Amino acid sequence: MASVGDRRRIDRGSFPALLAALRSEGYRVLGPTLRDAAIVYDEITTEADLPIGWTDRQGPGTYRLERRNDGALFGYTVGPSSWKRQLFPARERLWTARRTGEGFEVAPEPPDERPVAILGARACEIAAIAVTDRVFDGAHRDPGYYARRGRLFVVAVQCGQAGATCFCTSMNTGPGVTGGFDLSLTEILGPGGHRFLAVVGSEAGGRVLDRVPTVPAGDEDGPAAEAIVARTAASMGRSMDTTGIRELLPSRPEHPRWEVVARRCLACTNCTMVCPTCFCSTTEEVPSLDAEQVERWRRWDSCFNSQFSQLHGGSVRQSTQSRYRQWLTHKLSTWHDQFGTSGCVGCGRCITWCPVGIDLTEEVAAIRTPAPTATAPRGTP
Amino acid sequence: MAAAHRPRLAVWKFASCDGCQLSVLDLEDELLAIADRVEIANFREASSAVAEGPYDVSLVEGSITTAEDARRIREVRARSRLLVTIGACATAGGIQALRNFADVEEFRRIVYARPEYISTLTTSTPIREHVAVDLELRGCPISKAQLLETISAILTDRAPNIPGESVCIECKRRGNVCVLVARGTPCLGPVTQAGCGAICPAFHRGCYGCFGPQDTPNAASLSPTLAALGLSPGEIQRFYRTFNAAAPAFRAAADAEARGRP
Ligand code: SF4
Ligand code: SF4
Ligand code: SF4
Repeated sequence: MASVGDRRRIDRGSFPALLAALRSEGYRVLGPTLRDAAIVYDEITTEADLPIGWTDRQGPGTYRLERRNDGALFGYTVGPSSWKRQLFPARERLWTARRTGEGFEVAPEPPDERPVAILGARACEIAAIAVTDRVFDGAHRDPGYYARRGRLFVVAVQCGQAGATCFCTSMNTGPGVTGGFDLSLTEILGPGGHRFLAVVGSEAGGRVLDRVPTVPAGDEDGPAAEAIVARTAASMGRSMDTTGIRELLPSRPEHPRWEVVARRCLACTNCTMVCPTCFCSTTEEVPSLDAEQVERWRRWDSCFNSQFSQLHGGSVRQSTQSRYRQWLTHKLSTWHDQFGTSGCVGCGRCITWCPVGIDLTEEVAAIRTPAPTATAPRGTP
Repeated sequence: MAAAHRPRLAVWKFASCDGCQLSVLDLEDELLAIADRVEIANFREASSAVAEGPYDVSLVEGSITTAEDARRIREVRARSRLLVTIGACATAGGIQALRNFADVEEFRRIVYARPEYISTLTTSTPIREHVAVDLELRGCPISKAQLLETISAILTDRAPNIPGESVCIECKRRGNVCVLVARGTPCLGPVTQAGCGAICPAFHRGCYGCFGPQDTPNAASLSPTLAALGLSPGEIQRFYRTFNAAAPAFRAAADAEARGRP
């Protein structure tokens, strides 16, 4: 029986056995697959569903699939989907109320009990799950989130390459996977053959691995995996200086850069939709026409929408400038006050999927540069 | 509005293609339940039986293109407690508002065999420019879901939930892969109001803006991106000049192309 911390080798040929093992342990498997010109997360039934031999090339506002010259299964970086959708669905019915003789009866939505395994969770994504764990916990602990979280089995994959919009090293979230997984894999290509180094992270992980043909990891497997992670860390496409960032952003609300970025920002919400930690939602009551029944639905919302800050009489954040400033300041500064962590894990999605390619690392750097004296921001040294 | 009182509904047509009225008929599954709770007092597309006003709710399709239209809409307004405009024609002037940027006299001479029979204004304008409007439903055609939401809101006397957010948020909720970012396909989703459910991107097409501008559109930033994707100024201008050509934000974006980018 494989126990926590065990390191074993899975040969490429045995990889399908891992998918079979997850299924026989009762998991529905979600993982990377090619759809609509991108690598997205969806149902995986066989190895052929994986993006074998494909990679992506990303930049601000652009994403393209490309062929690799090898048969890597996980040779891509994070795409438009994140596991957020799994734990916090884009649209979710919370309860249904029905009229009874006297009043009404509320029936909460029954939970979907089927355990789910996510295959290919990257270090930054595991860090993002740790962030949303805090967000949905506390005084208003979210029952739906925690029901889904409790039956989530995480198969991590350490990144073998960094994308042009990645900066996890700046946020201390990757590319090495250090915890938060049931099984962790490193895909090793090249000398010694195509293989995976598997590390057991939980008892459930050990049970799954016991169903897969493995051999104890060889002397060269550990160093090979470390070299892969080191190479990835050295090839980050972007970086962000986070020194004093908690104080920096709130201390420069009048910095002229906010206006510059607002001229470009479309207030389209894409950055918040693709962000693995953005958690805002709105709720809506949907009554039947005969008014005998009403359903409450929750759906993703965004601080880039004017109606998001609608109070009686109007929107508090009328300008796009105030919305962008709110987003960036919350993400990198006030998130710490609220949840004891940064809201950014450095995955780069908001840079890639912004239609006009706004890059938060560039914005932070610009705001770090003191404004010309006429508009000298408060609190600058 | 108490459930006991069946609100009286009227549907009116001005310059339009009838497509939005068809969306009303298209509510097949719900139509019986609606007819149960609403008295359909005037809907010529569906029935020749016409009951006189006043009406609790008037759904108005189409734009104002003749002097007679301009007179008739004031009459409809006077006989209606709530007036809801439906579709791009009624809310922005429709595709026929292209005349606003051209010489209508010339159109009349070229297009019609007997131009003297044609009596028309030189502009196509939304209903809002003529009478007070209580609610606008966008789209070419409107969305069934938004229409149903509106009827349901009227029946329960609450504000309807018709967000002014962008098509992008619906696109992402739906799980579409962005066609602009992943394929380089020009898309108006970022400047267009949600409501359609992001149908076009779901079929790998760019949004062409049939719901008109979102509530804080920034076309001045999207246009250079469209240009970078290979659209010429003329193509960008035509992109904005379709069903909502006369909506102020789209009109300004198209005009900016004519002036040229600095
Ligand atoms: S803010 Fe951007 S880079 Fe940071 S976690 Fe969110 S999507 Fe990723
Ligand atoms: S930063 Fe980019 S993705 Fe985010 S709202 Fe602005 S334009 Fe849209
Ligand atoms: S495909 Fe169009 S509507 Fe969808 S996210 Fe991209 S730009 Fe927005």
